[in-house]
Amino acid sequence: MSQIDSKPRVALFVTCLVDLFRPSVGFAAIKLMEDAGCVVEVPEAQVCCGQPAYNSGDRNDTAAIAKQVIEVFEDYDYVVAPSGSCGGMIKDHYPALFAAEPDWQRRAEDLSGRMHELTSFLVDVLKIQSVQTAPQDVKITYHDSCSGLRELGVKAQPRALLESVQGLELVEMQTPETCCGFGGTFCVKYGEISTDIVSRKTADINATGADLLLAGDMGCLLNMAGKLKREGSPVQVRHVAEVLAGMTDLPAIGESSLGESK
Amino acid sequence: MSSSRDRIFATLRSGLKHTVNDPARPEAVAERIARRTPNLVPQRAQIPHAEQVALFTAKVEALTVTVDSVPAEQDVPGKVAEYLAQHNLPSQLRVAPDPLLENLPWGDRPMLQVDYGHGRSQDLVSVTPAFAGIAETGTLMLHSSTTTPTTLHFVPDHHIVVMKESQITGSLEDAFARLRDKLGTADKTAAENWPRTVNFVTGPSRTADIEGVPVLGAHGPRRLHIVLIADGTP
Amino acid sequence: MSMQITAQNFEANAAKALKDPNLRKAMQIIGGPMASRRVETARELPEFEALRDEGVKIKNHVLKHIDLYLEKFEQQLTARGGKLHWCRTPREARETILALCRSRNAKLVTKGKSMVTEEIGLNAFLEEHGITPVETDLGEYIIQLAHEPPSHIIGPALHKTREQVAELFEDHHPDYELPNMPGVKAGPRSTEPQVLVTEARQVLRDRYFQADVGITGANFLIAETGATVIVTNEGNGDLTQSLPKMHIAVSSIEKVIPNLEDLSTILRILARSATGQEMSCYTTLSCGPKRPEDKDGPEEFHVVLLDNGRSEMLGTALEPLLRCIRCGACMNNCPVYHSVGGHAYGWVYPGPIGAALDPHMIGLETARHLPNASTFCGKCEEVCPMRIPLPDVMRWWREQAHEKQITPPLQRWGIEAWAFAAKHPWLYRLGAGIAIGLLNMLGKDKGRLASLPLAGGWTDGRDFPAPQSASTFMSQYKSKQGAAR
Repeated sequence: MSQIDSKPRVALFVTCLVDLFRPSVGFAAIKLMEDAGCVVEVPEAQVCCGQPAYNSGDRNDTAAIAKQVIEVFEDYDYVVAPSGSCGGMIKDHYPALFAAEPDWQRRAEDLSGRMHELTSFLVDVLKIQSVQTAPQDVKITYHDSCSGLRELGVKAQPRALLESVQGLELVEMQTPETCCGFGGTFCVKYGEISTDIVSRKTADINATGADLLLAGDMGCLLNMAGKLKREGSPVQVRHVAEVLAGMTDLPAIGESSLGESK
Repeated sequence: MSSSRDRIFATLRSGLKHTVNDPARPEAVAERIARRTPNLVPQRAQIPHAEQVALFTAKVEALTVTVDSVPAEQDVPGKVAEYLAQHNLPSQLRVAPDPLLENLPWGDRPMLQVDYGHGRSQDLVSVTPAFAGIAETGTLMLHSSTTTPTTLHFVPDHHIVVMKESQITGSLEDAFARLRDKLGTADKTAAENWPRTVNFVTGPSRTADIEGVPVLGAHGPRRLHIVLIADGTP
Repeated sequence: MSMQITAQNFEANAAKALKDPNLRKAMQIIGGPMASRRVETARELPEFEALRDEGVKIKNHVLKHIDLYLEKFEQQLTARGGKLHWCRTPREARETILALCRSRNAKLVTKGKSMVTEEIGLNAFLEEHGITPVETDLGEYIIQLAHEPPSHIIGPALHKTREQVAELFEDHHPDYELPNMPGVKAGPRSTEPQVLVTEARQVLRDRYFQADVGITGANFLIAETGATVIVTNEGNGDLTQSLPKMHIAVSSIEKVIPNLEDLSTILRILARSATGQEMSCYTTLSCGPKRPEDKDGPEEFHVVLLDNGRSEMLGTALEPLLRCIRCGACMNNCPVYHSVGGHAYGWVYPGPIGAALDPHMIGLETARHLPNASTFCGKCEEVCPMRIPLPDVMRWWREQAHEKQITPPLQRWGIEAWAFAAKHPWLYRLGAGIAIGLLNMLGKDKGRLASLPLAGGWTDGRDFPAPQSASTFMSQYKSKQGAAR
């Protein structure tokens, strides 16, 4: 019993895009953290981190949303998101929202200290070196999502974990750190530019000869998958958590089970 | 004083509202300007003099600068003549009226037509001294003076620099320190005696303005040649 | 009357740029070799990151005492025989320069590269007043012949192909004769860059000697000595400033630094960040007119210092922008810039620095697209030698636009409606459930949608991946939890 008591109590911050578009990523994240010895909970009152409002210049609404998030996640040892973007929002930007409200700023800083991106949490906090999953014979390439990379320093962690999966071969892109052009509302507001940026990305992805593209953020993944599918590329697209958790039985992003199962 | 000046300063000072009246500011600024401690000098510059010479040579050569090492001053005219022959150049030299160059035994090479003065449009080859060579980047430091007109550094197609190994320093800061030492006099600071121009020259003139293709010889010298006199360590 | 502003048409400019094959070629050069040379030279200097920190410290220190440093600079410059002209507005700067040129009865003015003279629209103004300005930086010269503004602050003509340059030279140099072949007109041009560079060298050479006044910019102003500093590769700036009788250096107030040690530090990061060189070919400190005993150099030396709103940035969210040393690394590394090029931004300073600076200089309403047209990927801040938080400044502009209701109503209402839902979890869940059910139904067969109402910006160029299932993670999780109990 005492061993169970000492298990870290972790809240999963699901993120909007996982909630809406890719529930399997949420379940994969839970599995990975439970395998690593955590007690994982998913607070029901959670919504969005507020980033769309923040990046649209709506600071008041952002602060209001942030207060909700801070309250919901107050009682957990750690808060983990399968996203560098939402994770970065909470970890990097929340404290600055409350320069005029010291009490909230303190609470925001407290949350910031407990907030982690999934792969970074596994490797940097839990000191996990490898994941327990069946061999997967596939050539992968990895896109470093901007916020995870530049705000949270996520670069080596997903690669270290992927290396522990037998059979995976990582082929790096020429510029894995270059933005895919998603950019939140940018991808719709400046769709032509966004499409142009992602077409440079897909050229880089295709040139690797990889079968599977991975990344840690649903926004980028939806964008790159959408472009790859439009181009008719055979490259499949998944969130890194799905592969690490061995949960690749569901269709890849932008693909259907119907065609394949029939 | 113009009103524009006053208005610019008024806006600046209102932007500094919290600190503008701090009486310590003028002194802090004076101290900062007078500070001679370098901020951060790369390790690569902090090496013994012999290594600085080697690094300088390697750096300039990587920039397509050619270097002739000679044991003594009297060997310079011969090397200059060789350079002209190699590049099919007429034997006319426009030379800086500097004591180092004036005292070279040009007479040993009677073919060479040497005249002294600033750079003119018809001059194809100039010969000048340098004030220092900076090892960390292969940069020459030259400055204007009565005996070293600036136009010689930029107008001719070929710029030949005659300098001594002892003039090679490690870093930019070392070179500035030497220049301050040279310029400072009993009654005037180095700043008060500051020359009209100080030129740092790192390789021959170049451009990449057409499709990013590097091309040498844009507007300044197409070639830069250094005759280095091996006078040892200063 | 300064450079023509088209920033308000950013979307149309960008759409045009996306279809311009020559621009796309140029952008490959900027995003490819230029960006990677920066990485290589930085890697070869282990102290590069620490030097960036030193650079930031220097500039931050100066900004705390900028009034005193400018006073000291003025005092030193004046003591060396130079003259300082303070100009609050582009108009004042133009008038000042014109008056100086007229005092020399100038007909021909050579110009080294200067972004501030672009900012004040100097060339058109001089031409209107009967003075011919000739740009001498090769890139600037090419775009001057083409009557275009620069598309990049250090590679102003990179959007021109060699064929276009050859054509411009054929049109504008009808009398050009082949080198060493007097009397032989050049005729149809070779498109070899080397040959074209030789032609420009030849043509401009005469101009340097004919010019009455030489105008350059200045990257730095040194308080210790009163010197201005230019950094070039071609040597054109030095010829421009040492051959005519008058040298005017046009610069702006934030360029002052304390002393030569500080110059040394910043030079180490400037060229590396800009072109990936360790040092640019020519770095020149200029300080006053020719000394009585000098054999060459200008008889008069003037420094025109422009404010144009910079002083107002002090003590605001925009203050970090005053650290900028105009290296261009932010644009060389910007994915949006790589797609649309410099002209799309519609004013002098393009790319991330322009997106942060232009709204202040030309007005937020005019420039409102610029801070919005960013993915916030953060690469600009990563490469900025002065560590300017460019995305934060762009976000600050978005906040201003939101507050002042400059953001288009539809966008504002959209984000407010969404925010309302996000503040009411039950509403959010309801909306999410409905949307996801709908999208899943539409896209189930293929796993994606080829078009989507209101999201044409996405689906014109990409498919829209359908949700994995008809229910959200939260509802699936809840039913699982229920089943487990």
